[in-house]
Amino acid sequence: MSIEQVDRLVDVAALERLRQSIIEKRNPFQLRLRICNGTGCLASGADEVTAAFEAELTRRGLSAEINLVKSGCHGFCEKGPLVVVEPQETFYQRVKPEHVPAIVAATLDGKIVEELLYVDPATGERILHEQEVPFYRGQTRLVFGSNGTIDPTQIEDYIAIGGYSALAKALTQMSTAEIIDEVKRSGLRGRGGGGFPTGVKWESCRRADGDIKYVVCNADEGDPGAYMDRSLLEGTPHAVLEGMIIGAHAIGAHEGYIYVRNEYPLAVSNARRAIEQAMAYGLLGKDILGSGFDFKVSINRGGGAFVCGESSALMASLEGQVGEPRAKYVHTVEKGLWDRPTCLNNVETWANVPLIINRGADWYNQIGTEKSKGTKIFSLVGKVNNTGLVEVPMGIPLRDIIFDIGGGILDGKKFKAVQTGGPSGGFIPESLLHLPVDFDRLTEAGSMMGSGAMIVMDEGTCMVNMAKFFIDFLEEESCGKCVPCREGIDRMGEVLERITTGKGRMEDLELLEALADTLRLGSLCALGSTAANPVLTSLRYFRDEYIAHVVDKKCPAGECQALIQYSIISEKCTGCMVCVRECPSHAVTGKRREPAVIDLAVCSKCGVCYDVCRFDAVKRA
Amino acid sequence: MKSVTVWVDGNTSVEVIEPKDSRAVHLTVDGKLIRTTPGKSLLEAVWNRPGIGNIPALCYHPIVQSYGACRLCTVEVEEQGRTRFVASCLYPAKEGLVVRTDTDRVRQLRKGVLELLLARCPEVKVIQDLAIEYGIEKPRFALGVQDCILCGLCVRTCRENIGRSAISLVNRGIFREVAAPFYAYELGDGCVGCGDCVYVCPTGALKLGPDGKPVLPKVHIPRPAAEGLLR
Ligand SMILES: Cc1cc2nc3c(=O)[nH]c(=O)nc-3n(C[C@H](O)[C@H](O)[C@H](O)COP(=O)(O)O)c2cc1C
Ligand code: SF4
Ligand code: FES
Repeated sequence: MSIEQVDRLVDVAALERLRQSIIEKRNPFQLRLRICNGTGCLASGADEVTAAFEAELTRRGLSAEINLVKSGCHGFCEKGPLVVVEPQETFYQRVKPEHVPAIVAATLDGKIVEELLYVDPATGERILHEQEVPFYRGQTRLVFGSNGTIDPTQIEDYIAIGGYSALAKALTQMSTAEIIDEVKRSGLRGRGGGGFPTGVKWESCRRADGDIKYVVCNADEGDPGAYMDRSLLEGTPHAVLEGMIIGAHAIGAHEGYIYVRNEYPLAVSNARRAIEQAMAYGLLGKDILGSGFDFKVSINRGGGAFVCGESSALMASLEGQVGEPRAKYVHTVEKGLWDRPTCLNNVETWANVPLIINRGADWYNQIGTEKSKGTKIFSLVGKVNNTGLVEVPMGIPLRDIIFDIGGGILDGKKFKAVQTGGPSGGFIPESLLHLPVDFDRLTEAGSMMGSGAMIVMDEGTCMVNMAKFFIDFLEEESCGKCVPCREGIDRMGEVLERITTGKGRMEDLELLEALADTLRLGSLCALGSTAANPVLTSLRYFRDEYIAHVVDKKCPAGECQALIQYSIISEKCTGCMVCVRECPSHAVTGKRREPAVIDLAVCSKCGVCYDVCRFDAVKRA
Repeated sequence: MKSVTVWVDGNTSVEVIEPKDSRAVHLTVDGKLIRTTPGKSLLEAVWNRPGIGNIPALCYHPIVQSYGACRLCTVEVEEQGRTRFVASCLYPAKEGLVVRTDTDRVRQLRKGVLELLLARCPEVKVIQDLAIEYGIEKPRFALGVQDCILCGLCVRTCRENIGRSAISLVNRGIFREVAAPFYAYELGDGCVGCGDCVYVCPTGALKLGPDGKPVLPKVHIPRPAAEGLLR
């Protein structure tokens, strides 16, 4: 349906009539192919697969028999492109254009293309349905649920699954105070990092003085490895919009902004289209659903720096200034964008709102722990078997996420640590894997919930080197305004460089702790004040590794180049000469059938000998 | 009507009878009650009161808006039973606030910041003096060769008072520096040669050149590891 032709929905009854007519036109037994068109699957070729399906259906004249749905991200991007056949829910993974005719033929005959099914690495069994795949089985998909099932560019798809009914309820059956009270009682806390109670924020913004107020959606998402906000905005943009409209109504705002990271073109275009469609139906704009409430939303492209996701920097950037943080001793709910009361929430926070309004605070606050309610979407990456987007109820132990949903550590290696909360989150060791996903418990452990990146590390990871990696990232991302952050992170890098190259001293450990204090207490914004978490937690849980680097001049994980030494174990060496030939520095010498020798003065520590030896005769220590 | 004893400076106190419609704000700084007007920051409230509070401040200047970059002005405030560290150049003076400007924790934090500043700018007199006051002998880091602490006073006075933006702060993190438009070190026509920037510079990093325009400090990144990050 083209946007121009639709009738404005003059009231809630009109919305319900529209919903009924959409549902009636749909046949529940209709064969549908849901092809993931999220950024992850597009990167592995989903657009060619989609084109191949379109061509095949046209060629066979089946366009009416089989519907194609270009859905948002299903979350299991690693196995993409993903295709699900409905109504059977057959789950195909790693689909290529050449598989398309077979899938279409099998679908028509009620058969299955065996070789495209997912194989459970634990049991070796082929799995037929999406829901039975361990990666999906352990999840509770409340917010992310419709992401993979509807076409995000069709507002009718969203309306068919109950979309905008929460808005209708909020506008006609609830007062603004009741809406705020519902959100407060739900226990929803901000998903963007700080975990601030959303209802309390809304209430302060409602109470703040000023005729003009704003609501803003933070879709800047700068954490390396995190992409749940992108996927939500791409896949279910209307849920985010619906949340924003409800929030704006409750607060008394008539203008909203979605601040999207510049590198997210698909999120921008899907959100833009969603706004146009909602405008056409009168779900946005003047007199929404006949309630008299006006609200419009515009999209702004981000300033391109990690720090632009910080609330005051984001608002400066929205105002057209340099995206730099400023002190927030006067809160942004009172003086935010253009010094007016502004309510900023994260994408996922907004997307939770329709759910709470529809199903009620009492339902919502049953899920989770005492002070962390609802679900959280994580982006599980690193050394786990199954990477992807994972939505779990708050309170679930970290172990369940990593070992059940994530399928354990890659290549059968041992788990070492998981970093939650993005680049300035802390490393959580094996002994704390029982920790539940909970804002306060993660903070107590020296990490944080953050926006939801979860990076798993295995036994081969050097924790000192890992801390240095994140410090280097933050050093580049520090805006440079305040001294503790600009100079302090740089100096932490200097000290860590010293330690990882074998020049560290024991006093350096205290120096790192002192720097961490200066950063935590002295920095202007949370980038600086949380930056030391990776260093502090590695010192807390993996101190012996620091001592090994400093005292023994050894890197136990064998990652720190400068501390590695290669040598030949003469008993194992067969004198095959492969290392002698392969060493690019000509540091290995030897004769056939005699043990080779490495000249350490010449060795550049590239590790080629170690990699090429078939007899495990090269020792790395 | 109630009378209160307020301190004008470290040695002088006066009795004030507050009029009914008084807008005055009262706060306690290091145990002394002071009286100020609303809208002032803590630092401004004690600015001209010798003997009250001990607050070093390098990025503050009364002629421009507070910026909160050097963090040396950090103090402890107690509000509703909670103690926290705030930058006094930005934190608004509020009725009943208890402020402590010179506690061990505050001094410890300033010492940490000063060690970073001294490592960056070992030759700058104001920083050397403050470092001595806070008990720093030698920074535990590789020494830099900078004079500029990036307080932004020059940039701010040019924009706020002169109405020009002949210079600005460019780049992020440790690569941040003061530059003229198009990333030039020489000032173009935007500069009217007023010299205000040189006047407000707390470290002497900005000097007036022969053409009456400031010569911008060159930022050098001393560590090879940091140079690797340059793009
Ligand atoms: C350096 C830095 C980066 C941030 N980046 C993001 C981001 O990308 N997305 C986000 O939602 N919040 C980000 N935040 C948190 C925001 O400042 C803010 O707390 C959040 O958007 C509020 O929304 P919420 O209450 O719904 O979480 C960042 C904070 C800091 C200090
Ligand atoms: S803490 Fe870092 S990012 Fe935040 S204002 Fe200071 S320098 Fe900028
Ligand atoms: S004077 Fe307050 S931060 Fe510099």
